[in-house]
Amino acid sequence: MKNIINARRNRFLQTSLTGGLILAFNLSQRGPSQPFGSSPPAGSESTPADFLRIGPDGTVTMIINKSEMGQGVYTSLPMLIAEELECDWKQIRVEPAPVAAVYNNPLAGMQMTGGSMSVRTEWERLRTVGAAVREMLLEAAADTWGVPKARCHADNGMVFHDSGRKLSYGELAEKAAGMPVPAKVVLKDPSAFTIIGKPVARLDTKIKVDGTAVFGLDVKTPGMLTAVIERPPSFGGTVKSLDAARALAVPGVVEVVTTDSGVAVIAEGFWAARKGREVLDIVWDERPDAGISTDSLRQRYADLARNAGKVARDKGNFGAALVAAAHRLSASYEVPYLAHANMEPLNCAIDLKDDRCDIWVGTQAQTLHRDAAAAVLGLKPEQVFLHTTYLGGGFGRRGNPHSDFVVMAAEVARAIKKPVKVVWTREDDMKGGYYRPFWYSMFSAGIDKSGDLTAWHQRLIGQSIMTGTAYASRLIKDGVDVTSVDGAADIPYEIPNLLVDLHSPRVDVPVQWWRSVGHSQNGFMVESFMDEIAHATRRDPYQFRRSLLRDHPRHLGVLDLAAQKAGWGSPLPSGRARGIAMCESYGSLVSEVAEVSVSPDGVVRVHRVVCAVDCGRTVNPSTIEAQMEGGIVFGLSAALHEAITLEDGRVRQSNFDTYPILRMHEMPMIEVYIVESREAPGGVGEPGVPPLAPAVANAIFSATGRRIRRLPIGTVDMEKTQAKLS
Amino acid sequence: MISLKVNGKTYEVDALPETPLLWIIRDDLGLMGTKYGCGIGRCGACTVHMDGEAVRSCATPVASAAGKDIVTIEGLSAGGLHPVQKAWVEEDVPQCGYCQSGQIMAAAALLAANPRPDDADIDRAMSGILCRCGTYQRIRRAIHRAADMRQE
Repeated sequence: MKNIINARRNRFLQTSLTGGLILAFNLSQRGPSQPFGSSPPAGSESTPADFLRIGPDGTVTMIINKSEMGQGVYTSLPMLIAEELECDWKQIRVEPAPVAAVYNNPLAGMQMTGGSMSVRTEWERLRTVGAAVREMLLEAAADTWGVPKARCHADNGMVFHDSGRKLSYGELAEKAAGMPVPAKVVLKDPSAFTIIGKPVARLDTKIKVDGTAVFGLDVKTPGMLTAVIERPPSFGGTVKSLDAARALAVPGVVEVVTTDSGVAVIAEGFWAARKGREVLDIVWDERPDAGISTDSLRQRYADLARNAGKVARDKGNFGAALVAAAHRLSASYEVPYLAHANMEPLNCAIDLKDDRCDIWVGTQAQTLHRDAAAAVLGLKPEQVFLHTTYLGGGFGRRGNPHSDFVVMAAEVARAIKKPVKVVWTREDDMKGGYYRPFWYSMFSAGIDKSGDLTAWHQRLIGQSIMTGTAYASRLIKDGVDVTSVDGAADIPYEIPNLLVDLHSPRVDVPVQWWRSVGHSQNGFMVESFMDEIAHATRRDPYQFRRSLLRDHPRHLGVLDLAAQKAGWGSPLPSGRARGIAMCESYGSLVSEVAEVSVSPDGVVRVHRVVCAVDCGRTVNPSTIEAQMEGGIVFGLSAALHEAITLEDGRVRQSNFDTYPILRMHEMPMIEVYIVESREAPGGVGEPGVPPLAPAVANAIFSATGRRIRRLPIGTVDMEKTQAKLS
Repeated sequence: MISLKVNGKTYEVDALPETPLLWIIRDDLGLMGTKYGCGIGRCGACTVHMDGEAVRSCATPVASAAGKDIVTIEGLSAGGLHPVQKAWVEEDVPQCGYCQSGQIMAAAALLAANPRPDDADIDRAMSGILCRCGTYQRIRRAIHRAADMRQE
């Protein structure tokens, strides 16, 4: 989401130009332009109390507007407040925010968690909250003692006077709440940070090791029933006829209803609902064009690749440069549909009353999902109370822009008017669509007599994710979904003639963002083809990249750090080889070096991954390290194993037996190195993913001479030969 | 009626004998720490102890658990003080946390049988428990740390 990053940078620039560290106290974040979300901006005037409450016992409750899905926002965002608040860290409690405009992500115009934006969008606001409340506490103490505020200071949940007198935040809380909110606060110079930038243990660890953390699937209100929904065997199908008699005869089954999504079996518990669903007699009406297969799609995309697409980037004159080139290289790349496969299958609990509805759900898109439920139920958005639970993984899936898993639950609630939790089985989750799109790319490059890269062309073919969503107006420009070409149209390498064009075919397979979105395919394709050019021109892949990044010190910084820590160029045990890749995404730069061996029968073993990340100023280095580790595992799992394929309109995978994800015994040693930086914070949830697949594929090439141009890698075909310069 | 002993308490459960133990634990006993992830014994989120051994409760018919000593994450220790849980806290292992009950139960069973596991032992015991967030490296470190704690 390049334009988002740029917008963010501009905001920081404006801040620094308009008064250094003094920030006007305006908690109601408004984006650079009017938001496109459905939530009215009215009522978004806010007070520190929207984010913070201090109890008489000194407990500091922080109301966090981002969903905790493992990325650590229930710790990193409190750190931002606490840095300025000077509270006792041990007294902090976290509470998920309700849905309200004040909690909107200013860059999305709605309340949501994604795009590796949480710290980036709250970096100033939450520190401002902390500082304002600290000032109010100081004011309250000074007033109590009848002394000047300047003679008081705050530390670790106490206000001290020069005389040695002290009052705790708990004692001051009530009085402080009546103090005026300061119009301006002075934020600390980063050199004075005592929390930000230090590794801090997560606040949600204890409840995640004793089993008490409540995920959506764990919600149960009195009398709440469980529903499972049988959905059509191919996308877009509908119920033609239903005989529910056998299902209703299963002990525990309460009701069977047909909804817009399929047939819901409602029972006293999950097992009865599932047993009931197994014996439903349904005749489906399937779309005549539902017989799509991965093979036919591949052919269709390859055919499309013969024709020019919509131009996403056109610099210099690629056509002329290719003609003038001394050597040419071309290759095609392909990546499959991918499932998010969150460990917690999708679910949504809902309790509908006449004039009010409560929803408990692990969601990344509070505003959209609340509004979608309201629309189904014929309620006003403010009559719907959405309670965000812990998320058993997000990876984008729980921010579904079509609100699928919330709409389905609302349909069931509307039909039965009883509290119900709709649970997806693993099979429902895997076959339910909203995949990372299948992508095909055709590359060609021109190289001059001295071996320098003069021309680069990438033609991409794949479904647009943003089409038909609330994000379309902002993220589709002149027919180009910018998330399709993230990491392709904006590559940092200095290439004089650069052309990137795009086909966005319509295909009846629902697609969605998947951790790192367009970067997930483009990182692999671009960094692999770059490696092909390096080898074809007999350059060292690391040095080749360096030569194209002369004026990019931050890029060089991560590239050099990864290469140096990995021992690039130093001898390895026999059979092992290294591969390198570097990607910029979500305001951060990440370079990874993979150390790989391949057995004679083609089995890949990744022994070690060295990761260097420059994510600007760091908030919680422990979280950054964890997110890089997680991104590497997520990327490696997909690179080696994952694919959703279709045959005759049916998704062929259904569970972890047919859609394997990375297991402990396949783990490489991972080392993460963080570049020290004073730049604005970048994202960390996604940027670890894109460089992994190309680093591994490039290492496989170095080890075997086999170039991986299609994912997943599976086992390496040891018969294949490498591309040659023409 | 099936008689079940879970976390030291005896329950009489009215269920079809083939009902997976997982759903009895969650829906009938209300112990929500044990998670559903796949239903076919392939992800390990539902791991509990049955007579001290780590088993996948989603693939264990409740009838076969009758009379056995079943322990879930809620019964592993008082107040989360099992060495494995302490090590998990010290290594800051969980991300989303959803798989961690299963990971912890598997690790506790491993350490009970093998107080000083090496990396290969850990691979064998833990490869059945999936973590989509990718906490495997910290899990490995935490198991070694828990082994150290137990020996102190």
